[in-house]
Amino acid sequence: MRRKLSQLRPGEAGVISHVSGKGAIRRRMIDMGIVPGMTIEVAKLAPLGDPMEIKLRGFNLSLRKNEAELIQVETVA
Amino acid sequence: MERLVIALAGNPNCGKTTLFNNLTGANQRVGNYSGVTVEKRQGCRCYGAIQYDIIDLPGTYSLSAKAEDERVARQFLLDESPDLIVNVVDAGNLERNLYLTLQLAELGRPMLFVLNMVDMAERQGIVIHDKKIAKLLGVPVVRTVGSKARGTDELLDAMSVMKVEQFTPTEIVVDYGEPVESIIAEVQRRLETVAYDPARSARWQAIKLLEGDREVEAYFAALKGGEAVVKLAAELRASLEEKIDEEVDIYFAERRYQVVREWAAQITTKSETSAPDLSERIDRVLTNRVAGLPIFLLLMWVLFNGVFTFGAYPQSWLEDGFAWLGDMARALLPDGELRELVADGIIGGVGGVLVFLPNILLLFLGIAILEGTGYMARAAFLMDRIMRSVGLHGKSFIPLLLGFGCTVPSVLGTRTLESPRDRLVTMLVAPLMSCSAKLPVYTLLIGSFFSDEWAGTVLFFVYFVGILLAVLMAKAFRAHLLPGDSEPFVMEMPPYHWPTAKSLVLQMWQRAGLYLKKAGTMILAASILVWFLTNRPAEVQYSQPYDELIAAGQQQALVADDEGRAALEAAVQKLQREQQSEKLAQSYAGRIGKAVEPLVKPLGFDWKIAVSLLAAVSAKEVFVSTMATIYSVESSEESLAALRAALVADQTLTPLVALALMMFVLIYTPCVSTLAAIRRETNSWRWPLFSAAYSVALAWIVAFLVNQIGSRLGF
Repeated sequence: MRRKLSQLRPGEAGVISHVSGKGAIRRRMIDMGIVPGMTIEVAKLAPLGDPMEIKLRGFNLSLRKNEAELIQVETVA
Repeated sequence: MERLVIALAGNPNCGKTTLFNNLTGANQRVGNYSGVTVEKRQGCRCYGAIQYDIIDLPGTYSLSAKAEDERVARQFLLDESPDLIVNVVDAGNLERNLYLTLQLAELGRPMLFVLNMVDMAERQGIVIHDKKIAKLLGVPVVRTVGSKARGTDELLDAMSVMKVEQFTPTEIVVDYGEPVESIIAEVQRRLETVAYDPARSARWQAIKLLEGDREVEAYFAALKGGEAVVKLAAELRASLEEKIDEEVDIYFAERRYQVVREWAAQITTKSETSAPDLSERIDRVLTNRVAGLPIFLLLMWVLFNGVFTFGAYPQSWLEDGFAWLGDMARALLPDGELRELVADGIIGGVGGVLVFLPNILLLFLGIAILEGTGYMARAAFLMDRIMRSVGLHGKSFIPLLLGFGCTVPSVLGTRTLESPRDRLVTMLVAPLMSCSAKLPVYTLLIGSFFSDEWAGTVLFFVYFVGILLAVLMAKAFRAHLLPGDSEPFVMEMPPYHWPTAKSLVLQMWQRAGLYLKKAGTMILAASILVWFLTNRPAEVQYSQPYDELIAAGQQQALVADDEGRAALEAAVQKLQREQQSEKLAQSYAGRIGKAVEPLVKPLGFDWKIAVSLLAAVSAKEVFVSTMATIYSVESSEESLAALRAALVADQTLTPLVALALMMFVLIYTPCVSTLAAIRRETNSWRWPLFSAAYSVALAWIVAFLVNQIGSRLGF
């Protein structure tokens, strides 16, 4: 099932299928390893629900909800 | 002796700086790259017959030169062409680290691959095949554990046998596939017609020109015949983008990641029996949705108290020490200008710089621990939602909190922010967090003009206005002064680990040293200037012959009985205070105060307040002592009663004016130490000057509004 990363709940995982957005945000995400084909898991949400912590292979990142909206993931339903 | 220049390059949190400390020991210095605020760390090590000059480049995830530190790192690699690039890689996080490795290898410069923190990787059950890496990259591989100082000699041995051929990476590290490879080849052929620096790889430059890299374009535009190549690359890029329906640099980056993934699969095997992740368990508590914020606030309370409460002890020793030195100078030097300058101006000025040192050392130690352990990223994670609502970054919270103690460490603390825009906005609003030096001013005024029931409310109101203004100004600066999309927040949450004591201490000393050197000289100069303005001219017209009256009084006191002596001494002290008051009124500061009186009239202030405000630019608490001098009353920390009585007796001062005055003191120009810190952190005069100018304007407007609205309302 195709969903936005921002819609995933903690503990849910998926494979990145597409990253939209342009410019600095897009490049930064690529530099940090957010590219199609990577498996990504939502680890937790900050106390106020935003930003979110995600797990990529071998490391953890934190990103804001509006950044997570740019990331499309394929989840196993 | 042979000398080699070595550049350490790697991701943030890969243990590069610890490795650097192991290599160089204390034999290092820290400065800034010219024109930017990125720290430049360099050191040297003699090993065998070779002297290595080692540069610890800023940690970066990429070499795309989009962010300041990336640009600095890349510029260094290109312009200084170090003899060897030592790529430090976190073995436990190989995949992401390899992305930078590929970009470094594409530079085509001699390189050494260092697998650092191998112990952590082993604990996670990751097995890494060094030989495969060496084969794929075409460069030697060394293993180290920086935190335990293991592998340092092996690394030095590897460096000492360095032969350019053996250390040059494979020519085509990343195969971009067709049709891209033939386009790269086409640009590369055209490059041959331009006489560029032979140390720069042709293939790399062709790739960068196709990516539309501004700096490589500018480099070629300045060369004979280079313009044509830039144009060709731009045309090829446009047609390629149409074909692949994607920005070329993003296409290239994704292709590099594909290679990274293929490599990672080949060079690592992960055994199933991995130990449970300690870091994750710590994080379950520290970034817990319920407990996370309270724990954070508790840690901040500890930091705040550590910096200001602990710091207060050595601070008072230093103050006493400088007071003693001043007395010594007064006793030893002959009466005259020199004595005053040395005792009050210079010793006072140096003291003014050094009294901050305990706070600053503790602050930098605290920050080094927060950063070194990895908690700083968690703090940003916890606070980001709140701070973002005012246009700031999660990491802005810590410096702003420190501002309630002292703005100097607050400004220095902004360096934990990565984006220059976040850093600047935080720095500009930090002085609105009412610092502890402003408190004596509030205490004086509130105690004089407000009843005890209202005292707390008024004080709270002043602090609250400061925070409110900081929020409004942060939003305004973000929207108008430094506009643009907000920077990406995407941030690594590194695994927790305890930093080595050596790196904590080194970081603390180096940063404090920079503060003393850069900010200290300015604070000293400014303190001397303020001293000069409030003490000169030396010869003024007094209303009474004070010197003679005082001398006569002292003479009489010598022969008088106990009762008479006390009265005479009191009379002499009164004369001395009156003399000081008249002297200050006629000093340059006094003259300036009278000249600017019309400007502060609408706020309800007179020249006396203007002079005190001027003197307090050296340090806010000076306001109180200057007022005491002007009103020629005694003042000490214990007894403000005389000064309070004098203020209440003064017709110009009403509770309303006092409130306007507190607002003005809260907002107006940061003290010289803060301005010096801003200058130091921004590396320019522009921002301290702007900070001073905007805050004076804002202070005037707010005080004006308070005074005008208040008097309309009949207060």
